[in-house]
Amino acid sequence: MEVVAELALQNNSMNNKISVKNLNVFFGDKHVLKNINLDITPNKILAVIGPAGSGKTTFLRCLNRLNDLDPEMKFTGEILFDGKNIYQGINPVELRRRVGMIFALPIPLPMSIFENIVYGPKLAGITNKKELNGIVEKSLKDAFLWDEVKDRLNDPAMKLSGGQQQRLCIARALALKPDIILMDEPCSGLDPISTAKIEEAMRQLKKEYMIIIVTNNTKQAARVGDYTAFFLMGELIESNETGKIFTSPNDKRTEDYISGRFG
Amino acid sequence: MKNTKEVVIEKSLFLIALSAIFMLFLIAIFIFKEGTPLIFKVGFKNFVTSSKWFPLEGQFGIFSMILGTLWITAGALIIGVPLGLSCAIFLSEFVPRRIMAILKPTIELLAGIPSVVYGFIGMVVLVPLIRENLGGPGLSILAGSIILGIMILPTIISISIDAIQAVPRSYREGSLAMGATKWQTIHMVVLKAARSGIVASIILGMGRAIGETMAVIMVAGNAVKIPRSILDPARTLTTNIALEMGFAAGDHRQALFATGVVLFIIIMILNIIANYAVRKR
Ligand SMILES: Nc1ncnc2c1ncn2[C@@H]1O[C@H](COP(=O)(O)OP(=O)(O)OP(=O)(O)O)[C@@H](O)[C@H]1O
Ligand SMILES: [Mg+2]
Repeated sequence: MEVVAELALQNNSMNNKISVKNLNVFFGDKHVLKNINLDITPNKILAVIGPAGSGKTTFLRCLNRLNDLDPEMKFTGEILFDGKNIYQGINPVELRRRVGMIFALPIPLPMSIFENIVYGPKLAGITNKKELNGIVEKSLKDAFLWDEVKDRLNDPAMKLSGGQQQRLCIARALALKPDIILMDEPCSGLDPISTAKIEEAMRQLKKEYMIIIVTNNTKQAARVGDYTAFFLMGELIESNETGKIFTSPNDKRTEDYISGRFG
Repeated sequence: MKNTKEVVIEKSLFLIALSAIFMLFLIAIFIFKEGTPLIFKVGFKNFVTSSKWFPLEGQFGIFSMILGTLWITAGALIIGVPLGLSCAIFLSEFVPRRIMAILKPTIELLAGIPSVVYGFIGMVVLVPLIRENLGGPGLSILAGSIILGIMILPTIISISIDAIQAVPRSYREGSLAMGATKWQTIHMVVLKAARSGIVASIILGMGRAIGETMAVIMVAGNAVKIPRSILDPARTLTTNIALEMGFAAGDHRQALFATGVVLFIIIMILNIIANYAVRKR
């Protein structure tokens, strides 16, 4: 009986890998996310846009439970990942291995390039040298960084340029073979060329992963997003296919924000 | 006109700094000037490798005291470093900030207790405990190490906490986001990033342990004899100076300064090793 039920659940959620239901998040008394409902599809890129302080980062950090670190955080509602509530009966450590995250500021750990990438796989119990080397090569290639660093994998990661560090962080997330990749303004500090490289990597990666990218740059959302969600002051104003959001949004506020007439 | 004010402030700060350094320099010169003639007289090798210390008969060998200093300092570190570090990790990572804000100043207060008080507690409580349970005279290397190990705790804890808290939150989040547990994050990322501060705390603690005199006099037994076990009494370089300076004259007095010179050199060497260890990686 149980097996059947689980199969049914999975089938049901095939096109619906993450579904967020009535999510409310509070920091202390501050109501930061208000009744969010959103379904997110695999093999697509969801772009999350909205002005500063609208709760984009908070939303992203709910998906890998990084908000749990703040003892002030309270939430209601549920987030289903393959039909399972990630806040019930799932170990956050396991969850974070399946949900990679890339931060706004690239933050390589204080170790070498190689060590940065094998950090996660080693924690997950992979010790075979050959396998680790393979993982390093593949994830660096997938992050479009391999050619630039292949001869200096043992250099400290801090010596890379900002754009390279950000791609290293992407490679580091890929090394865990996650199902979902969360990106929080991954290009905010980067030049157009590095940005283009990261966007190209994203287009390749979405074949294998679900990607959610928070961006302050609406043009970037239009370029890479299959779907776009617009947040404003903790509310999800609307989410739809990117084309629709950018050509014929349902809400006046979305239109104002996208056209830069926001004040 | 702001400019002249700046210049005056700058120049006077420079003068003050210079005079402070000058005083330290003078003290060092004085110690060397008083101490080195005797070292040349008995020979450096003889002075540091002989353990015959009979100042009234003109025999000056401080080997047993060098050993005493090293044993007791090492013992203090063996006790103080693991305790202090665990405490610092626990306080900075597992205790809510509010409680930390009360606990840390309390621990720092312990650094302000005069060493004679620590020594007295050691003499009254610790020494009899060792004598009755482990044998020997009680006044011993073990007693000295335990008391010093406790005395260096506030230094190690407080400076290590500062170093651990200075590690950016983003390192921890980056590590946790990759599926590390809290403990994995602490020992693979946080401690690594805080390493230079932690080593600094250990160096400072070590400096305090080598230099401490009063507490050691009270609990370590002060016998001029090569220690064979941690239950044997021992005399350190500092206590040698303090115990005999009251009645030393002539060569004997110079030998005490020479003891200071050797202490100076040992501290320098340990500092260089420690600094090298920090910079190496
Ligand atoms: N740990 C926290 N404790 C208290 N308040 C928080 C915390 N994290 C976020 N907030 C608040 O929640 C609101 C939303 O923050 P969030 O970082 O999600 O915004 P954002 O949309 O990502 O903004 P930006 O575009 O500037 O990155 C802000 O008002 C912020 O002050
Ligand atoms: Mg943000």
